[in-house]
Amino acid sequence: MVQLTMAKAITAGLTRAMDGNEHVVTIGQDIGRLGGVFRITDGLQERFGARRVMDSPLAEAGIVGTALGMAQRGYVPVCEIQFDGFVFPAFDQIVNQVSRLRFRTQGRITAPIVIRLPYGGNVGSIEHHGESPEAYFTPTPGLRIVTPSTPVDAYELIQQAVASPDPVIVLEPKRLYHSLKGEVDLDAPASGELDRARVVRLGTEITLMGYGPMMSTLLSAAKVLADEGHSAEVVDLRSIAPIDWVTVEASARKTGRVVVAHEAPRTSGVGAELAARIQERCFFALEAPVLRVTGLDMPYPPSRVETDYVPSVDRVLQAVDRALAY
Amino acid sequence: MTATNAWTPRIVGPASEPPDDPFAGEPADGIETVQLLDPDARPRRHHTYSPQLTVDEVREAYRTMFLSRRLDTEGTNLQRQGQLALWAPAKGQEAAQIGAISALRATDMVYPSYRELSMVMHRGLDPIGVFQIMRGITHATWDVEAHRMGVFAFVVGAQTLQAVGYGMGITLDGSDEVVLACLGDGATSEGHVNEALNFAAVYRAPVIFLVQNNQYAISVPTAQQFRGAPAARAAGFGMPGVRVDGNDLFAVHAVVAEAAARARAGEGPTLVEAMTYRIGAHTTADDPTRYRTRAEEDLWVGRDPLVRTERWLREQGTTDDWFTGLAAEADEVATDLRARVLALEPQGITDLYDFVLAEPSAALAEEREQVAAYIAGLEGR
Ligand SMILES: Cc1ncc(C[n+]2csc(CCOP(=O)(O)OP(=O)(O)O)c2C)c(N)n1
Repeated sequence: MVQLTMAKAITAGLTRAMDGNEHVVTIGQDIGRLGGVFRITDGLQERFGARRVMDSPLAEAGIVGTALGMAQRGYVPVCEIQFDGFVFPAFDQIVNQVSRLRFRTQGRITAPIVIRLPYGGNVGSIEHHGESPEAYFTPTPGLRIVTPSTPVDAYELIQQAVASPDPVIVLEPKRLYHSLKGEVDLDAPASGELDRARVVRLGTEITLMGYGPMMSTLLSAAKVLADEGHSAEVVDLRSIAPIDWVTVEASARKTGRVVVAHEAPRTSGVGAELAARIQERCFFALEAPVLRVTGLDMPYPPSRVETDYVPSVDRVLQAVDRALAY
Repeated sequence: MTATNAWTPRIVGPASEPPDDPFAGEPADGIETVQLLDPDARPRRHHTYSPQLTVDEVREAYRTMFLSRRLDTEGTNLQRQGQLALWAPAKGQEAAQIGAISALRATDMVYPSYRELSMVMHRGLDPIGVFQIMRGITHATWDVEAHRMGVFAFVVGAQTLQAVGYGMGITLDGSDEVVLACLGDGATSEGHVNEALNFAAVYRAPVIFLVQNNQYAISVPTAQQFRGAPAARAAGFGMPGVRVDGNDLFAVHAVVAEAAARARAGEGPTLVEAMTYRIGAHTTADDPTRYRTRAEEDLWVGRDPLVRTERWLREQGTTDDWFTGLAAEADEVATDLRARVLALEPQGITDLYDFVLAEPSAALAEEREQVAAYIAGLEGR
């Protein structure tokens, strides 16, 4: 067991994946010498050489599109997109090309690539550096989208993503990169399933559901509720495409009340899918409507007011109060 | 290090090659670098271009370069002190920026990237606009139409297509304005930038693409960014490509003036590759010691555009007093700006709902009320 930050855990997971399969390569802007702007690939170029750790030209469609070509040649590329807000030049490659290759070719050609995407706000930066673009991708059949909330989870998920025969977008909560530390067993096999949600706190009265950077907020809210005498269950989705409905529905049925949180805007977000599905499937078990605590339906604001945009513990508690009042 | 056009597959390439020094030896692509004033402030004759600026104009240009550098330093300091989210230093690129913009009319539109503080100042805008963005107060502020200075663009290269479209509008209007589109060497790799170049050529849009080749994107040197330099690629798009010493105010001005004249005459776009160097870090979040050497930085510090222009001005009789006065003015401007930056407060988040749609939807109006009530509740505690 070692104590690692989320960033170092991803580095360790990626290193292990590259050690284990010489066809794993990584490509992205500034990932070589610089080690990436977040230093996730720090030391990788020295270890694996510039053949496998490639500084790319400044072009996201280029990164993802060539990764898809390399995959067709038997490589397993791990792409780094520098920031959430800069993934969109690669949109066609991701949603029209990467995601559909298996379907179009009836399984003859596949796209086992990984796209690492730092995301999320409250990082005090300028425009396009605090976004949560997951809902542009989650409705796309053929993509897997995962997001860790702890270092150990990050360590596992990146390895599972590399091992997956499907294309996987790993949304990395950048706010936690260097601020969240946790125990990681570097020798543990990364054998868990890629699309399993996890109940991270058991409770009985209400379920708080979220993923990635929201989990620490939800856990804090659960603690406050415990102090106030309420028992909240907390579910970390981990995979937002596909969603582990078994775990989600089980918790919804168990507590009868669900609050969903994410930083992305409310409209047509992952929370909308959760609310819809939960009421379709668990209607008679529900004591209250599924409530959403989300980013606002506006473009991500200037950083001096971003704390009013990103869901806070207080906003989660406000929703919990409403749900409990039914 | 000599440039090579021989294609080396990047996948087996070296870990990092320093950028080729554009002033060392013959360029492999055969495109010369126009220079009218060398780093030692000696005039250079050129077969096509000649200096167009009067001493007064140079003094005015130098003043903006000097003041913007002072504020650029202030930006870095303020960020270090936790007062700005980020700062993108422009130190070293002032001649490329001011040389280009001073060759335009005040009515010509400029599409900047995010490093063009000096251009903002040249257009008479209050530089606080840039600091508002970098402090996280607003995304984009100033009066674009009044100053013909577009808003900063943080998605690398996206502004170039819009610049071309604006130019297409000028053509449709039958006007003789031109557009200056600013971008970096790294940006030339983006697909949308290549679309912009093609559209500009196809529609003969009156656009000057000013590629400030400051040798690096973030850590990636030009030698790894492209094998065909921007000036060389221009021909493939069907437009002239001119390489110019970007630290030579006279040369940049002359080259852009000529490109603007062509554009006004309906002869279409030009790509100007201004060879320069970002003396500072990419942004305050960057650590250049990871990817470039002190020796290389020193080489370019020796080509500082301000030093060169100052020497020329002194040779033309500009007095010590004038320079001392300018330094004092810069200190005043910086002190004043600093105080105003520290006093900047953001709009409340609910005010921002005004700008999502022309008329807020019912859902937006409701969300706004909820957010306002929530915030009022917090303040009430
Ligand atoms: C589409 C996009 N991808 C990545 C980034 C992150 N990024 C910001 S600036 C930069 C390098 C830009 O280099 P260049 O175009 O040479 O301009 P310079 O910063 O040197 O002025 C990168 C990679 C971005 N802002 N936009």
